[in-house]
Amino acid sequence: MTTVVTENCQKCRFTDCVAVCPVECFHYDDDMLYIDPDVCIDCSACIPECPVQAIFEEDDLAEDQKKWIEINASRAPDLPVCSEPIDPLPGAEERKSELGF
Amino acid sequence: MSKPGSEGNPLKVAIVGSGPSGFYAAEALLKSELNTQIDMYERLPVPYGLVRSGVAPDHPKLKQAINVYAKIAESPAYRFFGNVTIGKDIQVDDLKKLYHSIIFTCGAESDRRLGIPGEDLRGSYTATEFVGWYNGHPDFRDRDFDLSHDTAIIFGQGNVAADVSRILAKTRDELKHTDIAEHALDALDKSNIKHIYVIGRRGPAQAKFTSKELKEFGELEDSDPILVGDELILNSESETELEDKSNAGNKKVYDLFQGFSQQNPSDNKQRRVYFTFLKSPVEILGEDCVESVKLEKNALSGDAFMQSAKGTGEYSEIKTGIVFRSIGYKGIAIPGVPFDEKRGIIPNAEGRVTDDNGSAVPGLYVAGWIKRGPSGIIGTNRADSVATVKALIDDLDLQNDSNDMPGEEAAINLLNNNNVNFVSFSDWKKIDDKEISRGEPKGKPREKYTYIQEMLDVLK
Repeated sequence: MTTVVTENCQKCRFTDCVAVCPVECFHYDDDMLYIDPDVCIDCSACIPECPVQAIFEEDDLAEDQKKWIEINASRAPDLPVCSEPIDPLPGAEERKSELGF
Repeated sequence: MSKPGSEGNPLKVAIVGSGPSGFYAAEALLKSELNTQIDMYERLPVPYGLVRSGVAPDHPKLKQAINVYAKIAESPAYRFFGNVTIGKDIQVDDLKKLYHSIIFTCGAESDRRLGIPGEDLRGSYTATEFVGWYNGHPDFRDRDFDLSHDTAIIFGQGNVAADVSRILAKTRDELKHTDIAEHALDALDKSNIKHIYVIGRRGPAQAKFTSKELKEFGELEDSDPILVGDELILNSESETELEDKSNAGNKKVYDLFQGFSQQNPSDNKQRRVYFTFLKSPVEILGEDCVESVKLEKNALSGDAFMQSAKGTGEYSEIKTGIVFRSIGYKGIAIPGVPFDEKRGIIPNAEGRVTDDNGSAVPGLYVAGWIKRGPSGIIGTNRADSVATVKALIDDLDLQNDSNDMPGEEAAINLLNNNNVNFVSFSDWKKIDDKEISRGEPKGKPREKYTYIQEMLDVLK
């Protein structure tokens, strides 16, 4: 079991999750965040923090979101660690309202 | 003279408590641009607070947070003083003379009381005692829980209540490869408890479990969850709460309850965990030990998200020999530090300790449960400690230049003068190695030492 960032994070990257991650398992690029499953301890602290509900426990993923398990696992280790909150991406607030949050 | 934190005048900070909030405060200081020296005080010879002695033994992945703390402790600017009780071995007034700042991260070590008759009868316990006992905390090593009855009752519906009931519901096989203390494994193996009631004051939409903890009750080897369908009927305010998109966690919990209610318990399983709602204990009854509890049925009143439970005057009784209350924690006052008895925390404004008039006490800070009360999980404390350290650093900017403080060397002299047998981080690593090797033959990640003397004997 692991915890996974999914497509709602794209173009948002709010990083509220990062502030409560006890183990610094988030990584980032110019698009979104990714969780390194080898570092994550599955505490789920990040899940309720996400303003666009982009983070799920693996078991709770909808069928069409399951691809994100592999994307997180393969992308995260090569990207820089996001150890503290950073500014959201430009347009993140608009994207948030588009997503209905 | 120069500013504390500058090249020639390291910012010397004492952190009191070595749980998550203590380590995250240390981390935030070490990550700052400042020149810092951190001395962390812990009353036990072993670090990590509730990650060691609170997190349930069957949740080993969560305990991996320890790896992060061990890494923080490797910093040359960090020092551990274990087996030192503040207020007994060394006073807060002493620390004030040794350090620029003190951060209290000593958690919430005591339990809230129900405030009902019979609460102190034999057989009525706090969740803290039981959790500390199965996790090998020296304070609770010699507690003797009478598990000879067939029914146990837990008051409270948060994750601690879930831990207590799950540990009672699990078999020896399910626990024997965890770091559960051996004395607890043996006692639980002889347990006769078959019926475990988990009782909430409010309704199923307000239960505080996380879905992850709750889900485990459907996956136990010898126990099934029981939920009677009409327990899940919601008033319109509760429906509104669950429809709210921001309340996805509670919705998931409610859906799990529904799943449990539709499931037939297996005849092959011996144990049952009953989830029941809208009931408050009004009395624990018994001659000289617990024999039953009297419950009052509640109704919710108030607006959505603000609903409170009020008694309806309708009563029921459950026969039981053992009761655990898990209705929240509170902190314990430290001599020489302001304390809010009602809230069970050190009064503070954004992490700055405040006195009776609400003014900040210079140099004193708080983080974690002793700052905000017992809420949230391990990671919640990271954000909390970062905020406190930010306040501490902001205050330095306003300060005039000040003298170097004596710090570590003077602390060691003082502890030696007071005949305190303090434990360093490298000492702890010796204890750690021994615990791990003790666990190996049993297939356990570690076998903890459960008496302070045993821990200290490793270092002789």
